[in-house]
Amino acid sequence: MDLYQEIILDHAKRPRHAGLREPFDAQVHHVNPTCGDECTLRVQLLGQGRSAVVADLSYDALGCSISTASASILADEVIGHSVDEALGSFEAMRSMLTSRGADPGDEEQIGDGVAFAGVSKYPARVKCALLGWTAFTDALVQAGVDITATTTSNTTTSNSTTSNTTTGSTTTGNTITNNVEIS
Amino acid sequence: MSDVALSSAFTAQESAAIRGDFAILSRTVRGGKPLVYLDSGATSHKPRQVLDAERAFYERHNSAVHRGAHQLAEEATDAFESARATVAGFIGAQTREVVFTKNATEALNLVAYSFSNASAAGAMDGVDPALAARFVLGAGDEIVVTEMEHHANLLPWQELARRSGATLRWIGVTDEGRLDLRDLDTVITDRTKVVAFTHVSNVLGTINPVAAIVDRARAVGALTVLDACQSVPHLAVDVVDLGVDFLAFSGHKMLGPMGVGVLWGRYDLLAAMPPFLTGGSMIEVVRMEGSTYADPPQRFEAGVPMAAQAVGLAAACDYLTVLGMPRVSAHEHALTEALLAGLAQRPWVRVIGPADGQDRSGAVAFVVEGVHPHDVGQILDDAGVAVRVGHHCAWPLHRRMKVMATTRASFAAYNTTAEVDALLTALDRVPAVFGVAV
Repeated sequence: MDLYQEIILDHAKRPRHAGLREPFDAQVHHVNPTCGDECTLRVQLLGQGRSAVVADLSYDALGCSISTASASILADEVIGHSVDEALGSFEAMRSMLTSRGADPGDEEQIGDGVAFAGVSKYPARVKCALLGWTAFTDALVQAGVDITATTTSNTTTSNSTTSNTTTGSTTTGNTITNNVEIS
Repeated sequence: MSDVALSSAFTAQESAAIRGDFAILSRTVRGGKPLVYLDSGATSHKPRQVLDAERAFYERHNSAVHRGAHQLAEEATDAFESARATVAGFIGAQTREVVFTKNATEALNLVAYSFSNASAAGAMDGVDPALAARFVLGAGDEIVVTEMEHHANLLPWQELARRSGATLRWIGVTDEGRLDLRDLDTVITDRTKVVAFTHVSNVLGTINPVAAIVDRARAVGALTVLDACQSVPHLAVDVVDLGVDFLAFSGHKMLGPMGVGVLWGRYDLLAAMPPFLTGGSMIEVVRMEGSTYADPPQRFEAGVPMAAQAVGLAAACDYLTVLGMPRVSAHEHALTEALLAGLAQRPWVRVIGPADGQDRSGAVAFVVEGVHPHDVGQILDDAGVAVRVGHHCAWPLHRRMKVMATTRASFAAYNTTAEVDALLTALDRVPAVFGVAV
């Protein structure tokens, strides 16, 4: 089977940049209600708006190899990059994952993320692979970034993901942010 | 269980004949691999006899039940009511005590909403006050469930507690996966109005001691509601022997069609209950100022009912009756023992639930230490083995057992020991793929 590429298993066993770190601008908690997978994720930005740089992305992922590896690759791909570039990677990742095998992925944009091309043939696992990435875009919104500005896709991210949102270190309660529109 | 002990598993020849009735079992999946379907706890397959019964209804008798004076309407009504009698016979009930619902979830909600609706002004007019009082809930009253419930037998009661101001309490689960009845007398008290619990856990396979709980509930005057979704398809169930007040199950888990479930209730209780869903069919007299309602079971069957599915469910009952429920139980018990024995030989696998076959039905949940159940399920799927992964709509139970999710194999009459072997062989690939020490 082409699902469990060595790269994925390696990231799942040794997730890069794992663990929650300070300082951070926003923290989100996303859950996949069908399997109970959880991802707590923090972002720290340097600068303003979409030209800001992702200074740090830290996370605590509890889940299957696909969701853990995906969070690890997310951190690899976006730390040190601008928000604009990071959102480009998100779009490329999502487009590949939802292509049902048609889009092999662009290594320039998503690096090790291309190992997830096989996941797109297993619709039940796409949500696993997107959990961390969806949490990341939500965290950007919580950090005050307008993520709708220039991306071109008009689809909707994971539509049944519940999240607990924390901005800075102040908990804002059990906010449900379903249907985070990225359009 | 003595019937089971005296009965034997199906012979190879009998198994082959049974499997021949299920066309889907001969298909292949994932690039030509024979389907090994071990997910009947989620939904079972349907034999040709059930599909034929539905088709015959649509081709010969299709009409809206309980409406119209034409011949087809008569035949459809006969078919529907005759299906009710068959289903009632299958569980030892009176025909008028069987209510068709869309599924077990609706059946359980029907009972929970009856408690809510009973509190409305005038809802219990004409009902014996002592009987009416059993359905009226408020602050100070308590609802009891267990920690091993499927969400379908938990959330309706959580919501009822929220709406009524009553308190929800629960019976805990032991590390082994059985109900912890040590504090039964302190959880079920004279404040308890209703005790809702599962007959068989959909995750652990545990068969619960119904009599002990019913005895305690009766002693304090509480009504009992049994979730029988995982027992009616697999064990000989007799509602009179069980002694509960209500019992719910779904058709699709017992070789029947999707879209039909059953609520059984004691007739005097059903007759006291206000309606849940209202509309056509369930009325006595309708006026603009207000209406009166039909006697049970029609009172609880608003709208044109799912006659074809009810007919299909009756065919499933007939099919299981021909197989013999004691033999179905014995067969599934043998498969469960074989799987438990196979898993016990693999120290890297941990069974979640009773480790032996005592008071245990054919659902076996397990974890491979260090590998997420989703990943285990994917490797099994690659070998054509269909199991369920996740929390199986029993999240609090998983939290109690200190696992995030499990992999669950569950059996039906059509499964074989060769399929247990196929599962174990596929499972043996898991440690290598994910680098787990064995």
